[in-house]
Amino acid sequence: MDFTLTEEQQMLQDSLRRFVDNEYNFDKRSEIIATGKGLDKGTWSALAEMGLLAFTFPEDYDGLGGNAVDTMVVMECFGRGLLVEPYLATVVLAGGLIRDAGSDAQKAALLPAIASGEKLMALAHHEPGNRYNLNRVNTEAKPSNGGYVLNGRKTAVIHGGQADQLIISARTSGSAGDASGQSLFLVDAGASGLTINDFATHDGQRTADLVLENVQVPENALVGPLDQAAPLIEKAFDLGIAAICAEAVGAMEALNATTLAYSKERKQFGVPIAKFQVLQHRMADMFMAAEQARTMAILAATNADSDDREQRRRAISSAKALIGQYARELGQSAVQIHGGMGVTEEMFCSHLFKRLTLINLQFGNSDYHLEQVSNLLLAETA
Amino acid sequence: MNLNYTPEQDAFRQEVRQFLNDKLPDDIREQVQKRLRMPKSTTERWQKILFDQGWGASNWPTEHGGTGWDAVQQLIFEEECAMAGAPRQLDFGLRMVAPVIMTFGNEEQKQRFLPGILSGEEWWCQGYSEPGAGSDLASLRTSAVRDGDHYVVNGQKTWTTLGQHAEWIFCLVRTSTEGKPQEGISFLLIHMDDPGISVRPIIMLDGEHEINEVYFDNVRVPVANLVGKENQGWTYAKFLLGHERTGLANVGQSKSMMARLKAAAREERDGERPLMENPRFRDRLAQLDMELQALDLTVLRILTDAKGPGPAASILKIRGTELGQNLYELLMEATGHDAMAHLPEALDADYNGPRPGSENATIAAGEYFNMRKLTIFGGSNEIQRGIISKLVLGL
Repeated sequence: MDFTLTEEQQMLQDSLRRFVDNEYNFDKRSEIIATGKGLDKGTWSALAEMGLLAFTFPEDYDGLGGNAVDTMVVMECFGRGLLVEPYLATVVLAGGLIRDAGSDAQKAALLPAIASGEKLMALAHHEPGNRYNLNRVNTEAKPSNGGYVLNGRKTAVIHGGQADQLIISARTSGSAGDASGQSLFLVDAGASGLTINDFATHDGQRTADLVLENVQVPENALVGPLDQAAPLIEKAFDLGIAAICAEAVGAMEALNATTLAYSKERKQFGVPIAKFQVLQHRMADMFMAAEQARTMAILAATNADSDDREQRRRAISSAKALIGQYARELGQSAVQIHGGMGVTEEMFCSHLFKRLTLINLQFGNSDYHLEQVSNLLLAETA
Repeated sequence: MNLNYTPEQDAFRQEVRQFLNDKLPDDIREQVQKRLRMPKSTTERWQKILFDQGWGASNWPTEHGGTGWDAVQQLIFEEECAMAGAPRQLDFGLRMVAPVIMTFGNEEQKQRFLPGILSGEEWWCQGYSEPGAGSDLASLRTSAVRDGDHYVVNGQKTWTTLGQHAEWIFCLVRTSTEGKPQEGISFLLIHMDDPGISVRPIIMLDGEHEINEVYFDNVRVPVANLVGKENQGWTYAKFLLGHERTGLANVGQSKSMMARLKAAAREERDGERPLMENPRFRDRLAQLDMELQALDLTVLRILTDAKGPGPAASILKIRGTELGQNLYELLMEATGHDAMAHLPEALDADYNGPRPGSENATIAAGEYFNMRKLTIFGGSNEIQRGIISKLVLGL
């Protein structure tokens, strides 16, 4: 057992924390959100220069060969400062899929371009009305003109409106709910027949809905094997879940720190409110929630790269279910302890609370992942 | 023991329902049921309709133009209004300052202020909290110094809901610094257009503007606007908070919300099935349904108690607000990741652009965030638990 970071990871954490604390303060973040662009070019370039956009790519493609634990270190720092940049969409989800399933030509074309910061990507998989179950794919791809033609709708595409290119899942055989029969396709954002509706999210990020009407792609747009993309999609989202679990830990610790500081400053009845036992116990619970969340984020990160599907499923879903619950309790307590100030948008507290709330809604809420773990119990033998 | 309503109460409910069916305008109903942004005119129009019916103030005695209804009739009325999609009436005038004026004000004040509240022509807001005086309200510092026939008011109030629309503000001000903090407070009625008053909006975490800061810079207020006696304001404030707490159970709103949640559970899809058929979700819905029933009957049990509600009213505030929050949280979870999008423009009735998911999804997260206020305002739930510990349990 070893819960310590490597020397390199420690250095990464130190420099990234400095970057977030010094270069990405509350006002800067608010300005970036207000532009509606979904990212700050300067910040994105800085992340590229630090090598972060290529951290988890193979060395052959300008990467550093990092793993999900490295992503954990990065995302925790992002959570601390609530970065709204499209790192999850471009690097973790889409970049991870190209790395794991792309052809040599696709890797060569995309990974260095992501690494340098010039290309943004997104993964479009979930569909309206289908909630969180990953096999519910109705979007169709049919052979046409030597390639494929895509029809359907996608939703909850994180940073889909900012992407230059999207990876879109579609059914090439079978019917909605089947694991088999799903395939992945690379589609340019400007493709004919593709409508992208870009929306702001409550946590300052962006999401998009897609409508695909006879979107024609060439044969080499296929990413990974025909009909057999389901395990790749599941793994991509597991990497995404591990990443936002780590982001949640960063946000939870920041929220605990700001709440503790506020409780010592804010005086009522002649004393700092931190003196009231009812709030002390509440903050003790918040501390425990963050500690347990950290443990679960580590469990998720150390299993996210695993190809043992069942073991990975149990670790990732347990982490997501519990972190969703911890984040909810901790976030609600933080707002309550901030009192009226906690329900204004002037305090960092309320923004951390909103991001933590949305993390629970993203990639399956606590109930959904509880069900996954519950189903694994059913399959256990005595 | 008999938990059924009497035939008279059932008939009363029918009468209210019929009235709402006939008189509640469709555009208002839509704004309320979809929880869209509501212009001031919506509330004004609805109050006028109620006023014309003689139902402008369900909680007032007939001598002041109220309905004279008993507590159960009032509850039935509120519940029917909420279920039908009627806008909330303005508590600040009708339920907060009016009972204080009726009980402690002089004849002139009753004549001057009650009719405008009843007709909805004059809006009120509440000047209680200050940046340094929240839960510890008695530590308030906004001062009123006597100068001839006027008080000169200086200071700052905060969390002033609807302050941007109100004509009048009822304020707790410090008229004496001697003795205990509670002993130097007075209850003053101040016109919002008076020179020296400025209002600054506070944007809430859902991005909406409903609360404000109000600054007083040498505002001259006629002594005639003092309610009751100087330095007795704390007594009136406590009287008013008692009224507020009973109202904060909000059972009518919660019942209407539960109906919406059940409808959402049938409409939202979970793949091939409606979300209602997802047992994990349905259990959570059932849990809230049970808690709503417990609250509903507890309210009726406390309100029909011959001894009056007393400090036990804190139960209603605590349980009512927690339930309100949980209902919105479950609506947010019902809409899943569709709730992530923030579309402030879609809160206007004429929006017809794209949105992820249903209309429920558009409002769900914003409402969940906004509803965090419920356990904070009107005496935070920590304060309410303190009241139960002290005044009920005698600790």
